[in-house]
Amino acid sequence: MSCLQTIADYGLRSIGIGERLLPREDFTLCQQFTLIGSGMIWNIYFGLLALVFGFMLATAVAMGKNAQSKLIRKPSEWFIFVFRGSPLFIQFFFAYFLFLQLKGVHPFFDPFSAAWLGALIVLFLNTAAYSAEIFYGALQSIPKGEVEAADAYGLSGWPRFKRVVWPTMLRLGWPAYTNEAIFLFHATTLVYFSGFPAWQQRGDALYYANYFADKTFNPFIPYPILAGYFILLTLVIIGIFGLVNRRLNRHLPANTRQKMKLRMNLIR
Amino acid sequence: MFSFCTDPSILPDWQWMACYLTTGKHMSIYWSVLTVFLLLAITAPTALAFGFAGASAARSRIAPVSWLGRGYIAIVRGVPDIAFFLFFVIALDQAIEYLRHRAICPDWTEPVRQGNDFVVCAAAKMPLGNAPQWIHETYGFGLAVLTFAIVFGAFAANVLFGAMRAVPKAQLETAEAYGMTPRQTFWRVMVPQMWVYALPGLSNLWMVLIKATPLLFLLGVEDIVYWARELGGTKTSRFTEYPHGDWRMWYFLALLVFYLMFTRVSEIVLDRLMVRLTRGQATTGGEAQRKAAT
Repeated sequence: MSCLQTIADYGLRSIGIGERLLPREDFTLCQQFTLIGSGMIWNIYFGLLALVFGFMLATAVAMGKNAQSKLIRKPSEWFIFVFRGSPLFIQFFFAYFLFLQLKGVHPFFDPFSAAWLGALIVLFLNTAAYSAEIFYGALQSIPKGEVEAADAYGLSGWPRFKRVVWPTMLRLGWPAYTNEAIFLFHATTLVYFSGFPAWQQRGDALYYANYFADKTFNPFIPYPILAGYFILLTLVIIGIFGLVNRRLNRHLPANTRQKMKLRMNLIR
Repeated sequence: MFSFCTDPSILPDWQWMACYLTTGKHMSIYWSVLTVFLLLAITAPTALAFGFAGASAARSRIAPVSWLGRGYIAIVRGVPDIAFFLFFVIALDQAIEYLRHRAICPDWTEPVRQGNDFVVCAAAKMPLGNAPQWIHETYGFGLAVLTFAIVFGAFAANVLFGAMRAVPKAQLETAEAYGMTPRQTFWRVMVPQMWVYALPGLSNLWMVLIKATPLLFLLGVEDIVYWARELGGTKTSRFTEYPHGDWRMWYFLALLVFYLMFTRVSEIVLDRLMVRLTRGQATTGGEAQRKAAT
């Protein structure tokens, strides 16, 4: 079987298109590359959607934590504490079994116990909490002068937020937020190891890498392939976020611009 | 456990619960909580040692050693850590068996990798096939600890590498001016001073380490996640005296609360430690403390 044929068969296997059965023996390198790459579709799906929705919620929660009123501040603080203080792995398990219970109560919750929705919700809330903390830190370090200047120009409320506070917050928080994004994509690999079943063996990249390692007793091929894919993905994220960073900093003289400093990615 | 536990089916609720939570199997989950603490107690110093070695290597003036250190730090970036966890356990296991195989059975001619199988001679199996159960468990736990130490060692190395560079240059130059050798400068001037700069990063790392402990489950150790799944599952009265429905949700809720409390306590302790360490330091934190005191 030629490699092109393998790609045609397994390239979209993770979303259920193509060959039904996974290869069982005589694994070729091409098969491993194709299937693990196919699994990356799920990693990108989870990461991208959680990032986009999480960004919106994070802004709201960060504003909430920065609010004067205790009624708004306390829930935001608790939200951040609960999701940052506990392991994502346990959150996945808890959410899965919670959704399983809810499923028995009402059929509306049926899709929630599937990974595509349930895990997405957990990742979304989780990244929202982490990003909110980053944005809150950025809000705290907005130079006083900028807000005073906005006041002097007669800006207040929504226009002040939209034109001064929010862009500055993003600008200051962006390098840390880039790390969070990389981090989130790495965290997506946990999904299929934490209760959520891989329906009809449609899993993410790590699911397939683990499948190959289990079948061949040889971890030295599938995991480096997975690592290669993730390094590629990380580079793409850094590239895209770097472009946004350039745009956010475009009004600053070149030597005072904030450099992107990438720090080590840690498990959550 | 309690004297009234003889016939659980007629007990009132709270007594039933007390009996239920003290069955033999529940003792296992309490033990596995201790396993988590044990893992942390062993891994934290080991990872710190790995990190220290990595950071020192990265600073070395001998190029290959420096590359080795920098490579070790950099390789963990960009790759999901869980992949490392899954990879290292098999890789370490096979490496140990392979080395023992080469040492113990030199006249074995067949290749070790036969297609999809990894075959070593019986005497090189790790642990030996006839070893008692506890050796198997300890070996598995040991591999897990080593894996954690390697992965977290890289993070610690990154933190310490940064901390070493944060030590004011003037301090090192002064040491040199006093005629200290590079080795003396390193041990007597840099290492004692770097901890203040390293503490924020290290405390962050500690939090992350706490939150990584449930990953033990993936390494095949019977840890709290394993027991929570096991005990929470639906039990019918045929197999147990304490039948109940699917309670896994509650078990994981308990784990969630356990971890939240643990991280919260760590946070408070580490904050105090930071206050203590910054006392009298020439940093903004130390300056703020000095101002507050007067």
